[in-house]
Amino acid sequence: MPEILSSESLPADVFDVVVIGAGVVGCAMARRFALQGARTLVIEKSMDLLDGASKGNSAILHTGFDAPAPGSQEHGCLVDGYNEYRDIHAQLNLPLLECGALVLAWSDEEAERLHILRQNAHRNGVISAQIIDAKQVRRREPEVADSVLAALEIPGESIIDPWSAPYAYMLQALQNGASLARQCALIGGRFDGETWLLETSRGKLRSRLVINCAGLYGDHINRLLVGESDFGIRPRKGQFVVFDKSARPLLHSILLPVPTEITKGIVVCPTIFGNVLVGPTAEEQDSRSDARVDSRELQALVERAAQILPALSKHGVTATYAGIRPASEHKDYQIKWYQGQRYCCVGGIRSTGLSAALGIASRVHREYCDQGNRHTAPEKWIWPQVAGIAETAKRDWQEPGNDGIVCHCELVTRREINQALDGPLAPDTLAGLKRRTRAGMGRCQGFYCTAELCELAEERLSQSLAVARK
Amino acid sequence: MKNSHCRVAIVGAGPSGLALAGELASAGIDGVVLLERESEAGGIPRHCGHSPYGMREFRRILSGPEYARRLVDRAQRCGVVLRTAVTVTEIEAGGSLLLSSAAGIERLQADRVVLCTGNRETPRAPRLVSGSRALGIVTTGALQSMLYLKRRLPFARPLIVGSELVSFSALLSCRHAGIKPVAMIEARPQVTAWRVASLLPPLLGTRLWLNTSLREIHGDDRVSSVDVDVGADRGADEPMTLDCDGVVFSGCFVSESSLVKVSHLELDRASGGPSIDQYGRCSDPDYFSCGNQLHPVDTAGWCWAEGRNTAASLVASLDGRLLAAGRSLAIKGASPMIRYFTPQRITMMEPAYSNKAPTAHRQLQVRLAQDARGRLSLRDGEHELSGRNISARRERRVLLPLPPLARLQQCRSLSLEFEPAQAEQR
Repeated sequence: MPEILSSESLPADVFDVVVIGAGVVGCAMARRFALQGARTLVIEKSMDLLDGASKGNSAILHTGFDAPAPGSQEHGCLVDGYNEYRDIHAQLNLPLLECGALVLAWSDEEAERLHILRQNAHRNGVISAQIIDAKQVRRREPEVADSVLAALEIPGESIIDPWSAPYAYMLQALQNGASLARQCALIGGRFDGETWLLETSRGKLRSRLVINCAGLYGDHINRLLVGESDFGIRPRKGQFVVFDKSARPLLHSILLPVPTEITKGIVVCPTIFGNVLVGPTAEEQDSRSDARVDSRELQALVERAAQILPALSKHGVTATYAGIRPASEHKDYQIKWYQGQRYCCVGGIRSTGLSAALGIASRVHREYCDQGNRHTAPEKWIWPQVAGIAETAKRDWQEPGNDGIVCHCELVTRREINQALDGPLAPDTLAGLKRRTRAGMGRCQGFYCTAELCELAEERLSQSLAVARK
Repeated sequence: MKNSHCRVAIVGAGPSGLALAGELASAGIDGVVLLERESEAGGIPRHCGHSPYGMREFRRILSGPEYARRLVDRAQRCGVVLRTAVTVTEIEAGGSLLLSSAAGIERLQADRVVLCTGNRETPRAPRLVSGSRALGIVTTGALQSMLYLKRRLPFARPLIVGSELVSFSALLSCRHAGIKPVAMIEARPQVTAWRVASLLPPLLGTRLWLNTSLREIHGDDRVSSVDVDVGADRGADEPMTLDCDGVVFSGCFVSESSLVKVSHLELDRASGGPSIDQYGRCSDPDYFSCGNQLHPVDTAGWCWAEGRNTAASLVASLDGRLLAAGRSLAIKGASPMIRYFTPQRITMMEPAYSNKAPTAHRQLQVRLAQDARGRLSLRDGEHELSGRNISARRERRVLLPLPPLARLQQCRSLSLEFEPAQAEQR
């Protein structure tokens, strides 16, 4: 079942499941339910997937070594999500950079804390976590500042692509029978004891189950549909700085600080596209949509990064961005079924959503089955292959018939751009096109390719980029 | 994978690459291949529809595109093989290049490679500017390629940030296309370009604000306004909000040396380009470089002349006249006032060869860290080899003649120094 375009009306018959929100959790949820044969629809208020919390994160696939203890929702979902990603990524052509992580200790106090972190890691099932001394740290990461004292090594921490993973989940959901309606905001709804009647900006919908994956608006949706929310979203902004690809040889692993009560702290890590990423900040704010960057915070990130990896100061900045994490007043995820109302809320997925999404989806589906729900799964699952845009994959510019390179910094070809614009889940905005192809995301930030991109895209995006010159 | 060979591969068909290619071909070198990643050769002048070009090269005033076309025609008449829409993705020792085109990848083996990849402006991100990521934020390069190559207008009332020559070029391009910039802002107390340029914005109906810096960009989908800090004690007061629908980040040129940064070649951190000797040779003697990649930013005419001069050294290299290179002596920048200089080292030659090789760079090209007056000198310890009293602006090219090679051969060290004039030593 394809996407329901904005020109089309919503189906009148009853869905088994309506998933609210096409962030990474919503995409994974749709995939799981569609693969198990449920008639699934995802509604997303924005013009594109991943337009909320999922658009700005550090792209780490976490083992859960520092997650809350086993038994918590977050730990279980992280472990399952981590394992499932590793199982399925090759079938969807999704990248995985198994670079490992080092939690670096810069003071005696922090070095002490490493022991607690190791205990927690072992408790959480990450038994390969071990403490290494300064000499071993320097052997592994020769560019790390001299003052490092020790580190906790977690070999399983990995880097993935934060865009193509959820995109692949949604694509697989669609190809296995799910539907997606973008620019479709929930206005209200009521449950008649058997089905939900949902009111949306694109018309009415009926469904036997509603799953709230609304991320930054999870509490709003709760109040809208069930009149209450066990949690309130406390938006936490994280700003990031992306360094030039020339800096990539400076590090091998994800470099983590010893975390505090409030934040996991500033990470320095590779990206799947061959850059070096520094961030995030942790700034509490009221707004759920304000992802502005701030000059002073960015400057502080650049300086902090240079303390960890001094040679980084010789390399240029390629991009800056901010994401907003949907934290709540609770430490754990807020996954809750409202019995008798056929409603499940998946809330407070603060900063580990990318890693845990597949696990969250499995958990919710398992609980759904435990309630006696059954569908006939498709006989054979369709596995779409997403375009390989990571540096770890073979790229289109290396292949014949690529139509030439448009974005020279990221080596994005005309064929890749055309395929994204014409393909399933086509972008509606320039930002969406960039996420799918990386065009214009490189060091020149469009100095060379903006004009060409606008020409290629303008007929095919609903967003107007420029007007024709008279 | 296709494999081919050529005598000289030139990467980048802007003014310096075109001049160099034409000169080599005229000198009778067969197998000169000029590689250009854009679909048309000509470089930056190609999308600069208004400025005066061609005085030095053609003794007449031409528009950017006319000028670019003439350079391309001249090179092709000389027998240069021009390949457009080909991107060099890797350079390796021994002149081995990996190319990508619509046909996929291929390997090109060249006896000599010349890097002429030019420079580009600093976009918003590395400037670490506050605010939202809205549509309508461009560099002059992106703006001009939209206006002149694709005939599209990205906005109607942008703010122009900067006051370099290119900033005025952005202003002219806007007015030419019917775009009315709300203001041009410059953080420093005077314009970076020639002082007389400050007369231009009012003539074109745009305000020029000095001592003014950009604090934040607003807008959800598209730019809606900007906050600027005005006046000498900016930052202290509330900013001023300007309604606008775009921001042009102009100037702050940086070397486009992406290939060099991930290669075996030595990079000069100060200039951002490859480190070269007086013949324009990189740390691998099979590689040469010329043009704005070495010194962001200079005029097309200057790059053109440098391309021709570098061609002469390159011909000598192909003939074996540069083979007898002995030790090389790095020039040390010995003052924080010196932002960068090129060439960065002198290659010593066997006396029998030293007069036979044409020298691409007979003078050092220097840029200062800020506007200053004083004495610039090249020294061997206590001894001044070459010196000049200068009064120069930050973005301006300063030239310092290099002594003859026979003199340099005797030096034990070379340092480039700047002594500020007395009045500024307070």
